[in-house]
This record gives sequence, C-alpha cells and structure tokens, in this order.
Amino acid sequence: MRTPVFFLISIAVAAVVFFAARLVSNDYVFFAGYTVLQFVVLATAWNILGGYTGYVNFGSAAFFALGAYATVFLHKLYPLPIPLLIVTGGIVSGVVGFGMGYLTLRLRGAFFAIATLALAVVLQTLVVNWDYVGGSRGAYIIRPNEIALVGPYIQYLFLLMLALTVFALTIARGIERSQLGYGFATIRDDELAAEASGVPTLRLKLIATTLSGALMGMAGAPFPYYIGYLQPSSAFGLEYAVNSIAMPMIGGTTSWVGPLIGAILLGSLQQIATVTISSAVNLLIVGLLLVAFVIIAPNGIVGLVQGWTRGRAK
Amino acid sequence: MPSPLLEVAGLSKRFGGFVALDGIDLAVAEGERVGLIGPNGSGKSTLVNCICGTLVNETGTVRFNGETVDRLLTHERTRRGIARSFQLPRPFTTLTVAGNLRVPLLYTVNARPGHALSPTELDARCAELLELVGLADKATHLPRDLTQVEMRKLELARAMAAEPKLLIADESMAGLSHSEVDDIVGLLIRLNERGITIILIEHIMRAVMKFSQRIIVLVSGKKIADGAPDTVIRDSEVERAYIGQ
Repeated sequence: MRTPVFFLISIAVAAVVFFAARLVSNDYVFFAGYTVLQFVVLATAWNILGGYTGYVNFGSAAFFALGAYATVFLHKLYPLPIPLLIVTGGIVSGVVGFGMGYLTLRLRGAFFAIATLALAVVLQTLVVNWDYVGGSRGAYIIRPNEIALVGPYIQYLFLLMLALTVFALTIARGIERSQLGYGFATIRDDELAAEASGVPTLRLKLIATTLSGALMGMAGAPFPYYIGYLQPSSAFGLEYAVNSIAMPMIGGTTSWVGPLIGAILLGSLQQIATVTISSAVNLLIVGLLLVAFVIIAPNGIVGLVQGWTRGRAK
Repeated sequence: MPSPLLEVAGLSKRFGGFVALDGIDLAVAEGERVGLIGPNGSGKSTLVNCICGTLVNETGTVRFNGETVDRLLTHERTRRGIARSFQLPRPFTTLTVAGNLRVPLLYTVNARPGHALSPTELDARCAELLELVGLADKATHLPRDLTQVEMRKLELARAMAAEPKLLIADESMAGLSHSEVDDIVGLLIRLNERGITIILIEHIMRAVMKFSQRIIVLVSGKKIADGAPDTVIRDSEVERAYIGQ
C-alpha cells in the first residue's frame, strides 16, 4: 500500500473513531481517549529512534515536557491556536533532539541511554528554576469550555490528538518502507558494516533523533490545555519515559504497528486501572507486563504473531 | 606505470604504546590482483581499516584514484569506490539476503552522480548479484539461515553491490573447506575479470598463490616483501617470519 493511500485510510479510521466516541454521550471517553492517543504518538516517536535505529532514549519525558512548556511560554506571550502550538512544540523539541543527537551519538548502548536520562534531569532543573513558565509552582492555563464547529473543548483536543496520531503513524510507516528505513535498520544491526556499505550513519542518526524528538514535542504541546495546570513533576513524569519505552517493547519495535498496539493495549489498561483500582497501579502494571514480555516475547506482540504465521507457513 | 589506483604512503597507526603499522608504503594498480599476507597480529586488518576509514591513521596518506582520502568518512570512501568485506561476516541480521544487497545499492550506487536505479532496476540488480555468488534461492531468507560459506558469499556480494573500483576481501575464506575455498577464489577471479581491482587478505597460501599476481607481506606492522608470488615466498625474511629459524 502506498503512503498516500495509507494516510487516507487512517484518516477514515480516525473519523470513525471520533464519531463513535461522540455516540457515547459521556465526555470521559474523550478524556481517557486523549491520553491513550497521546501515548500512541509518544510510543511511535520513541520507536523511530529506539526501534528503528536501536538507540534507547530514556528521556522521552523531557521532549514531551519541552513541547508542553513551549505552549505555556507562548500562551503567556500571546495565546495562539493549538495547531500552531503543536508546530512550535515540535520545532523546539526537534531542535533539542538534533542537539542531543549531535552531542551524544558517538555514545552507544547504555552510555547513550544514560545521556538521555541526564538531559531529562537537566531540563527539568532548568524549568523548575524558570519563573516565567511557573517554576516549581506550575502554571495555569484556563481553557475555554466550548469551541466553534466541534463543541466541547475536550472533543477538540481529542480530535487534534487523533490527527497527530494519524500524522505520526504515517511518518513511521513511510520511513519503514523508504530508503531511510533501510538505513535505520542497518544502524540497528551493525553500524560498521552500514558505513562500509555507504550509509552515512551519523546523518541518519541525527534525522532519527530530530524526528523522534519533534513528534514527542508535538504530543506534549496540547497537554497544558488538557491538564489545565502544568507543573514540572507532571510534565517530566516518570510515566512518560517508562510508557514510551514499554509500549513499543510490548507491541513490537520493528514495525509501526507495534507501538500502536502496545500503546492502545497498555494505555487502555492504565485508564481502566485508574478508574477501577487506583492511579498508582498504573506503573506497576507496566512494569509487570514489561518484565513478562521481555522474558516470554522479546519481539513483542508483532513478533509473536509473525512467529505463529511463519510457523504455519512451514 | 600509470598512476596507481590505490597509493599508501608512510602510513602509521598505533594503539597506545603498540605500533600496529609502521610506515607502510604500497601501491596497487588498476585491475591488479594483490595478495596481502602476514602472521596473526601483523597489522593486515588494521591496514584495511585505515584504507577504508574505519580507523584513522596518525601519519601518512591514503590516495585513491588520484584523490587524498584521509579526511573522508568510511561511507564517503565507499562511495568513491573502496569496498570491503569483513573478516567475520557482519550481515544486517534483520534484513533479508536481498535486503542486505539493497543497502549499498541505495546508499552507494544511487548516491553517486548520474542515473539512480528505479525500484525494478534495484530488484534486477539484487537478483543478478545473488545469481553471481550463487545465493539466488536464498533471496528472501534471513542471514541467520545461511551456512558459513553462504554468509561469506553474502559478505562479498554486499561489497560488490557498491560497484567498487577496489575490493578488499579480508580473510573471506577462513574456516572453509577445500572446495569452498576454490569456489570463492573462482568468484574473486571472475570479479577481477570484470575490471575490479582486488586485494585479498588470506592465510590459506594455496588460495593466495592461485589468486595473486603480486604478494605483499606484512610482519609486525612493517612491509617486508612486495613482488611476484614465486619470488616472495622464497624470500628468506618471509620464510623466517612464517616458519621461524
């Protein structure tokens, strides 16, 4: 299937999801759905760097928070429509992603992972001490109740996140099938052999960190409007770093379907657990599932399914 | 003699206090088949790594096709026409056999100025290369399904896919059986007949003698002999290094 066709089909699916959600006359569906979709985008973004090129990023929360704080900053200067904020959030996080890539990509494996973790800590410290965006007190964003055409504001946010999801999935799938996808896979498999085959590994890694960072920033940009009150500990929350790694790992990292499945599954499970048990159970579920998958199915759900179909073919 | 395709002058490389290469000079003419031999640890692979840009030499220069390539990254040198196979096969494990060949086609052949291959031409080129090395029926397999000799063939095919001017085959026959060695030597000679200059690094003397028009001998980072195969192996210094006296 060609990328434009895929794009149109996913728009159609997104439209169905949106109108199906409207049929349920309860705004909670949109609140929960927004969070799940946000994790689809984050997981997809993480997977572009972590799954395709094999560089594990522990600092997803930093990129997400940068997008969110870019929104807070701009909101204080002059309130802009959210689609524009998503673009600026993406640019800010993309630039930081590029910078992180440039400084750290000669590091490999655990060293790269530690460097990304350090970046998150440094950025959080900066934000905590930056008074203009609220510092450690946090910042309020009063969102309107309604918006023209769509209706309730939460439905508008949900719609935006849905669009962003389609955008992220189309990019991820497009990469997989392009020359870039081949290049990313060679970096994951063997960087030395990749260079010897003419792959400009450093440049491709920069493309991956920039794209991955930008998408995470885009996912974070509408967040202040969703949450209403943004503080550093919620924007830089552990759940973002952990979920954006766990979801692709559980779904499967080699294809765009993996993060989608992983995020929908885990994200929904967390939402259900939040309502039925308690919100503190969230990370416990993620942790247990991650351990189980790493042991039983290291290639995630996609890997399991591929294993079954291949077994049958033989 | 016209100016050589590859020219290494005064090349030295040290790892800490250990001198791996010490003032190597050598030249390889276009279309030549050169054997590079030496005992373990004599610096053969280090020399290859310096020529290909995987390692950076401290002194000396590498000139290729009339251009100094010292400051170029590995992939830039590959694009200029230096291809190599690795001593231990390093396939891209998550790509199929055909996918492995597609990488140099996309990133080296298509990156050169001029006509870029269309998707159908890419497929045809992959099939042609697989046919050449005898892996046509394994195109959709993953590298882990291949045998050792098939893995080495894939390694050579991937280096070939980059359409190099110079191919450096680093111990592509270690651990192979008698007939498999003949197989690979035959393949390398066929490639040479297509106009590719080849440097063969090998321990199996039978293969080296059969293949090489000229032999260069490295011992502890120094070049101790360079000449016709028959003269080189009778050289007393080479004998001493190999057999001991």
